Amino acid sequence: MIRACLTMLVLFTVLTGVVYPLAITGLAQLLFPWQAGGSLIVEGGKVKGSELLGQWFTEPQYFWPRLSATATAPYNAASSSGSNYGPHHPDLQKAMRERTVALQAGRTGMPPIDLITASGSGLDPHISPEAAEYQATRVAAARHWPVERAKQRIAARTEGRQWGWLGEPRVNVVLLNRDLDR
Amino acid sequence: MSGSDLFQICLYLAVLLACVVPVGAYMARVLDGSLTFLGPMERLFYRVSGVDPAAPMTWTAYAGVLLWFNLAGTLAVYGILRVQHLLPLNPQSFGPVDPHTAFNIAISFATNTNWQNYGGETTLSYLTQMLALTVQNFVSAASGIAVLAALARGLAAKNSTSIGNFWADLTRTTLYLLLPLSIGLALLLVGQGVIQNFDSYVPVAGTQQVIPMGPVASQVAIKQLGTNGGGFFNVNSAHPFENPTPVSNFLQVISILLIPAALCYTFGKLVNDKRQGWALLAAMLIIFVPLVFLEAQFEQGNLEGKEVRFGTANSAVWAVATTAASNGSVNSMHDSFTPLGGLIPLFLMQLGEVVFGGVGSGLYGMVIFAIIAVFLAGLMVGRTPEYLGKKIEAFEMKMASLVILMPPVSVLLGTAITVTAPMGLAGLQDRGPHGFSEILYAFSSMGNNNGSAFGGYGANNPLVNSLGGVAMFLGRYWVAWPVLAIAGSLAKKKTVPVGPGTLPTHTPLFTGLLVGAVLLVGMLAFIPALALGPVVEALQ
Repeated sequence: MIRACLTMLVLFTVLTGVVYPLAITGLAQLLFPWQAGGSLIVEGGKVKGSELLGQWFTEPQYFWPRLSATATAPYNAASSSGSNYGPHHPDLQKAMRERTVALQAGRTGMPPIDLITASGSGLDPHISPEAAEYQATRVAAARHWPVERAKQRIAARTEGRQWGWLGEPRVNVVLLNRDLDR
Repeated sequence: MSGSDLFQICLYLAVLLACVVPVGAYMARVLDGSLTFLGPMERLFYRVSGVDPAAPMTWTAYAGVLLWFNLAGTLAVYGILRVQHLLPLNPQSFGPVDPHTAFNIAISFATNTNWQNYGGETTLSYLTQMLALTVQNFVSAASGIAVLAALARGLAAKNSTSIGNFWADLTRTTLYLLLPLSIGLALLLVGQGVIQNFDSYVPVAGTQQVIPMGPVASQVAIKQLGTNGGGFFNVNSAHPFENPTPVSNFLQVISILLIPAALCYTFGKLVNDKRQGWALLAAMLIIFVPLVFLEAQFEQGNLEGKEVRFGTANSAVWAVATTAASNGSVNSMHDSFTPLGGLIPLFLMQLGEVVFGGVGSGLYGMVIFAIIAVFLAGLMVGRTPEYLGKKIEAFEMKMASLVILMPPVSVLLGTAITVTAPMGLAGLQDRGPHGFSEILYAFSSMGNNNGSAFGGYGANNPLVNSLGGVAMFLGRYWVAWPVLAIAGSLAKKKTVPVGPGTLPTHTPLFTGLLVGAVLLVGMLAFIPALALGPVVEALQ
């Protein structure tokens, strides 16, 4: 019986631990090479990020992403993490208040909830269309643009629900900010 | 709740239920041995291992082989974790994993729990993820389905000592069911953006960001289908590389419950009375569906720890599905849920993982509750209880009691010991009732083989790793062993003809009784503990 256990374990290890992942890798590279490689944004031979991973923007002329609780620095993609604060945690309340104040510079009204909370992954590339609209005046002012121009950029990058039904409408901040500099 | 939220939840339930009959019927053919299209590969496995797939096994032989095979797997995982720095496919040069952490991981993956006391992208090499974790994702899931098949055979057999052959069940389930489904799902996920490569991590020009890489899709597919739940990355399916779009999210959350739900139909086929399977599925849905809507209501407007692309409704559906099944993967951080939003996943695990539950293990747990329910009914009218024509007697009831008592004992004792030890409290991020909830959640998760966590609790210390390792082991084998004993005992009995005094077990009345038994046992064991944690927090 010991022999059967060990042999079976070896056979299943070869099949599901070696052949299966290698076969999926081969097929994935054949069918969807860009996605399998991380949906990378490459410019002039240099990797400028991934379309799926958020990046940290703090200057007024860019749209700001959501807060990020990844270790040592926000949007540290090599160490994904949420804040995991309980709903009554004092640090959570503090972070939300500080973020609200920062966002309200030059305007009034409460910011949308996604802008003052951290995502589960700490790498969320998206904000809601409302969250982008909320920042349009600041971005436009910093760039000496009419607000309409900023809003056009937002509209061009706004994605609806996938297949019309699934998920939530959203704007990819990394791609939107790249559009701004074009 | 918005119309879109409502629609997405209903769409989920509709697609899930539509899959029950086709997938369930297919699995019945996998388990009764009538599929042969992979015959050469199947026979190769038997021949090399020197086993006879047609040889009947008694329940003790079946349970023995199951245990030895899982033990060999546990040791292999432990070994690989300890020497991963000497092995290839380690582009980030991760060192060996600490002994107590490795002990916990090894038991965690062999028992289908997939509790994670580490961050994948900062701890494990690609080879470890494949050889150690992906392999256990397959065989631990197949082991659970095997035990369920054995129990169904015990119920269907007459005057027999055999409950099937473990090697045949294990091999057939892996080859005909888990592998083809995983291949299909993995490729669909890559199409949505889940990564699958062996590259080194990629630095982003002009920033501090470093992009992680790895063979992710192949592992994510089986982690969902096998109710394993162990993520490639620290944040599991909240990570954009594990779950990039609403469509990938939908595919994964369907996969979580696909096999557990469809197994109800399979069970009905295997015991030659499909109505019995529908009655069990109905009982699960009666608990599951209201909780999905409640959870979506409680979490409305709370985006801390959630991703914009999923929103609150899809995060709520996932949280309920992953803790109803013993999956334990997450697409949002449960620790940041509202107090009542956190209570629902916690309570679902504490019900013993029988509302869907793990592949196989959830349904055999539910069948045990059905035995408890007929026993309760028998007590009320003073007749010997019967289930599917088999008399339920003292031996079966003793075993069933072991099954339903063990998880509460390990959960509550583990929690109690941890909250009294300085080492156990050191990792708490929150104080007060939420801190207590974090520890209670940790042991509810490990003791019931779920694997999700209130992630703010730093549980990677020798105390929690060891206690949790024991809780996961007991939660798996202390349940599987008595279930197989019941299977063996029932197989030997003759079938009693249906008479006027027989309680039919396919009626709405019985389903109601079954739901009552599940909720009553869960509440009796856990209401005091829940009152100290999420309930106090909700009242604050």
